[in-house]
Amino acid sequence: MLKVTGLNVSFRTEQGLVRAVENVSFDVAEGELMGIVGESGSGKTVSLLAVMGLITDPNAIITGSIAYRGRELVGLPSKEMRKLRGREIAMIFQDPMTALTPVYTIGWQIAEQILAHEKVSKQAAWQRAIDLLAEVNIPNPGEAVHRYPHQLSGGMRQRVVIAMALSCNPALLVADEPTTALDVTVQAQILDLVAKLRRNHGSAIVFITHDMGVMAEIADRMMVMYAGRVVERGSKEELFLSPRHPYTQALLDSIPPLVGARPRRLRTIPGTPPNLLNRPAGCAFAPRCPQRFEKCSADPQLPAGARAAACFRVNP
Amino acid sequence: MIFALLRRLGQMLFVMFGISMLVFLIFFATPGADPAARIAGRNATPEVLEAVRKSFGFDQPIYVQYATMMKKIFITGDLTSFVNRGWKVVPAVLDTIPVTLSLVIGAAVLWVIFGLLIGIIAAATRGSWVDKLLMVLGLIGISMPVYWLGEMMNLITQSRYHDTWMFSWVPPLGYKNLSDDPKGWFLTLVIPWITLSILYIGLYGRVLRASIIESLQEDYIRTARAKGLSETRILLRHALRTSLISFVTLFGLDFGALVGGSALLTEVVFGLQGVGKLTYDALQNLDLPIIMTTVMYASFFVVMANALVDIVYILLDPRVRTS
Amino acid sequence: MKSRGPWATAVRRLMRDRAAVAALVLFVLIVILCLLAPAYAAWANVDPFRSTLDQIIKVNGVDVPVMEQSTEGLGLGYTPIGPTWELGNYFLGADNQGRDVMARLLYGGLNSLLIAGAATLLTLAIGTALGLAAGFFGGLIDTVLSRILDILWAFPVYLLAISLSIVLIAQGIEIGPITIQSGSLWLPIFIIGIVYIPYVARPVRGQVMALRESEFVLAAIGLGVPSHRILLRDILPNVSTTLIVFVPIMMALNMLTESALSFLSIGVQPPDASWGTIIQDGQTLLYTRPLVAMAPGIAIVITVLALNVLGDGMRDALDPRSKIRIGRG
Repeated sequence: MLKVTGLNVSFRTEQGLVRAVENVSFDVAEGELMGIVGESGSGKTVSLLAVMGLITDPNAIITGSIAYRGRELVGLPSKEMRKLRGREIAMIFQDPMTALTPVYTIGWQIAEQILAHEKVSKQAAWQRAIDLLAEVNIPNPGEAVHRYPHQLSGGMRQRVVIAMALSCNPALLVADEPTTALDVTVQAQILDLVAKLRRNHGSAIVFITHDMGVMAEIADRMMVMYAGRVVERGSKEELFLSPRHPYTQALLDSIPPLVGARPRRLRTIPGTPPNLLNRPAGCAFAPRCPQRFEKCSADPQLPAGARAAACFRVNP
Repeated sequence: MIFALLRRLGQMLFVMFGISMLVFLIFFATPGADPAARIAGRNATPEVLEAVRKSFGFDQPIYVQYATMMKKIFITGDLTSFVNRGWKVVPAVLDTIPVTLSLVIGAAVLWVIFGLLIGIIAAATRGSWVDKLLMVLGLIGISMPVYWLGEMMNLITQSRYHDTWMFSWVPPLGYKNLSDDPKGWFLTLVIPWITLSILYIGLYGRVLRASIIESLQEDYIRTARAKGLSETRILLRHALRTSLISFVTLFGLDFGALVGGSALLTEVVFGLQGVGKLTYDALQNLDLPIIMTTVMYASFFVVMANALVDIVYILLDPRVRTS
Repeated sequence: MKSRGPWATAVRRLMRDRAAVAALVLFVLIVILCLLAPAYAAWANVDPFRSTLDQIIKVNGVDVPVMEQSTEGLGLGYTPIGPTWELGNYFLGADNQGRDVMARLLYGGLNSLLIAGAATLLTLAIGTALGLAAGFFGGLIDTVLSRILDILWAFPVYLLAISLSIVLIAQGIEIGPITIQSGSLWLPIFIIGIVYIPYVARPVRGQVMALRESEFVLAAIGLGVPSHRILLRDILPNVSTTLIVFVPIMMALNMLTESALSFLSIGVQPPDASWGTIIQDGQTLLYTRPLVAMAPGIAIVITVLALNVLGDGMRDALDPRSKIRIGRG
C-alpha cells in the first residue's frame, strides 16, 4: 500500500548540503508492521516526516517517489495531502509531553481531528472521542475528555495521542519512537496497546525505534538505517537470527539476551555516526566496523529484493 | 488556587501601602525644603502657610502626618487646593476620569484590532515582503514620541489640511461629553485615538508575531499538522490561541498604565481634560495637593489593574488554573 | 569571559545583519553630528542660548530680520524667520526667541543622547546589582528587593517622574555632601535612571535564579568559593549578554522618556536645550513655523529607530531565542 522508492531528503544549510536521507526504498503491505531501526540521526524520522508531508523547512529538498495506494505523494498539492493526513495516514510522536496543545481539553483535540475530516455533528465527534479513550484503556473516559494535557501522565498522554491517531480509522499508522520517552513499565503497556489496536483496526504500521528489543516484540518486517541509508532489510526472524550487516550484528550484540546467562558486560559500538555534512567516501559504517577491509572505501550498494544488506562482506 | 488569589491580593495591598509611603516621602519628607511652602504654592502669605501647616499636621509626628494625608485623600476627601483657593481636589480628579477612560478605551479597541491583524498577517507571511513591511512600520510606530505625533496630527488636521475634504470634519481641540453630544464626543476623539494607538499597534503587532512564530516551533503544531488541519486553523486555533495568553496579560498592564497616567502626553497635546492633563496643569501651577491625589489614585488603579491581570491570567491558562 | 569565542561569533553575526550595521552607522553619525554642535555654533556665529529679537541677517543678499514684527492686529508679537536652507545661516529658521534652531537641534541632541546614555548606565548598574542580589541570595533579601521593585513597577512612569521632579527641579537636592543644582542634567538622568530599574532588575533576577541552580554554580558553592567571587566570575558573565542587549533598547526607551519629560518641562531646564524642549518651544509656533517642532521630532524618530533596529540585531546575534521586550510608555 505504501511504496517508497529512491527517497532523498537534503537540507541546505550555511555550511553546505546535509543529506539526511539518501536513496531509501521500502514498501509496506496492508496490515503489516514494518519496523525501522537506527540510531538518532540515521534519517529514520526524516523519512517518515517526508511520507507524512510534514517537512515544512523551506531549505529542504525532497526527491524520489512515495506512492500511497498508487497515489504519488511527493509534489502532491498541500490541500490534497492535508485530506490524507489524519484520515488515511496518521502519526504518533515520540514525546507525548509536548505533542498536545496545552490550552485545549483532550476531548476537544480528538473531536477537532474527526470534525476536520468527517461530516458528523459535534456531539457525535465527542462521543467518538470518549469511545476512543475507552479503547486505549484510559480509565473513566467520560470524565477524561474534559481534562487538559498537563493533568495526565506521560503514558496517559501517549494513549491520547494514539487515540487521536486512530480517530479516523487510518489505513496507515506512522509511529515515531512512541515508547522512547516513557518508563519501562509504561512502554510495555503501550506496545501491548499497539498490538491490540492492530488486530482491531487492521491498520498497517510503520514503527520507528532505536530499540531492538521493541522490534523483537512487534515487527513483521524490518529495515536498519545508518547515516541516512538503508543498510539491511528482511523479515524480523531473518534479521534477528541471521543478521548480515556488521551494524545490525552490533545492534543485536548491544541488547541484553532475554534468556540464558547475562554477559558480564554488554557490547557497545565504538565511535560515533558520521557527520552527514562531510560524509566520508565509502561505507559510512566502515570507521566503526570490526570487519572492514580494502573494499569498504567504495560505496556499498543495497541489492534489490526483500532480503538484502549493503555490505561488501555479504555481496562481494 | 484560592491560596494563589489571596496571596496576590495581599501582595496588592502591600504594594499600595508601599506606593502611598513613597508618595508621602516624596512630597512631605524630601530633605532641603519646607513641605508647607511647597503645598501652599508660589508667593503664599504667612497666613496660608500657617493654615497648610495646621491642616496637614506638620507640627505632629511623622506617622500622624502620613495618616492625615491618607485620610484627606481617601476617607474625607476634603483636600483643597491652595493655589486655586478652596477648590476641592478629590471631586475635581473624579470628574476627569470619564475623559481619560474615553480616550484610552477607544485607543485600546483600535490597537487590539490592528495589533492582532498585523501580528497574524506578519506571522502568516513570515519572511515575505509583507511581513518585512509590517515590521518596519511597527518599528517606526514604536519609535515615535506620542506627543510629537499628536502635534503633527494637529498640524495636518487642524491647520494644513483642515480645509480639504479629508479633515474638514475634525472639530477644534477639546472634549465633548458623551451624554451631551455623542457625535461631537466621537469626532473630537478620533484623532487622539489614532495617535495614542499607533505605538501600541506597532508594539502588539511585533510581540504577537514573535510569539506566534515561537509557538509554531512547538511539537503540538506538528501534531496539529499531522491531524490534517488547515494552515489557517493551525495558525488561529493553535499557535495564536497559546500566544493570546501573553497578549492579554500585556494588554491589561498597558491599559492600566494608560488610565493611570500614561495617557498624559496625548491628553496634553489634544487639550483633553483627563487625569493626566489635570496633573500637568497642576504641575505648571505647582499645585501639589492635586498632584498628590492624582498620583495616589492613578497608581492605586494601576496596582489593582495589575492584580486583575494576574487573576485573569490564572483563569485563561488551564495549566495554572487547574493546578 | 573565558574565551572570546561566543562574543566573536556574535559580532560576526551582527556584522552580517545589514539593517543592524546600517543602524549602527546611522547612530554613530548622529552622535558625531551632535558632538559638532559647539563647532557649528561657532562657525555660524550664533549663540543658541540667548534670545535675539533684533538681529538682521542676509538671505540671498537681502536683509531679513530674524524676528519679524507682526503686521496683523495690534502689531504685537513676532514671527521668527523660517528655514533659509543655507547651512550656518538659520538653516532651519529661528524659534520664538530668535535662536538658531539648527544649532539648538545639535546642542539638544547632545543633551538628549547624554541623558539617555547616562540614565541607561545608571539603570543597568542599579538594576543589575538588585537583580543579582535578589536572585543569588534569595530568602529575605529577595523578598524585600522584589517588593521594592513591585512598587516601582506599579508606579506609573510619568506620574513618578512628575512627583520626583516637582520636588527636585524646583530647588535641587542636597544629599549629604552632594548638592545638585535645580537646572542640572543630573536630575533628569537620576529620574529616568530610577523609573526603569525594574525593567532590568526583574529579568536579571530571573536569570540569576536559574543560574543559581546550575551545576557549575552549585559546584562552586560546594567548594566554598566566596559569594562575591561566584557572582563576579560565574554569574555576571552569564547575564552580560542580556545586559548588552538591553543597552540599545533601554537607550531608545530613555530617549523617548527624556524627550517626553522635557516636553512636560520637567526634564532639561531652559535655557538648555534637548529635543523635547525644542518641540515644546515649537508648540506655540506649530501652525506658523512647524519646522521648529517637526525637526527635533524627526531626529528623535530616526535615532530611536536606529537604536531599536540595532537592539533587534544584537538580540538576534547574541541569543536568537531570548525574549527581552521593553518599550512601553
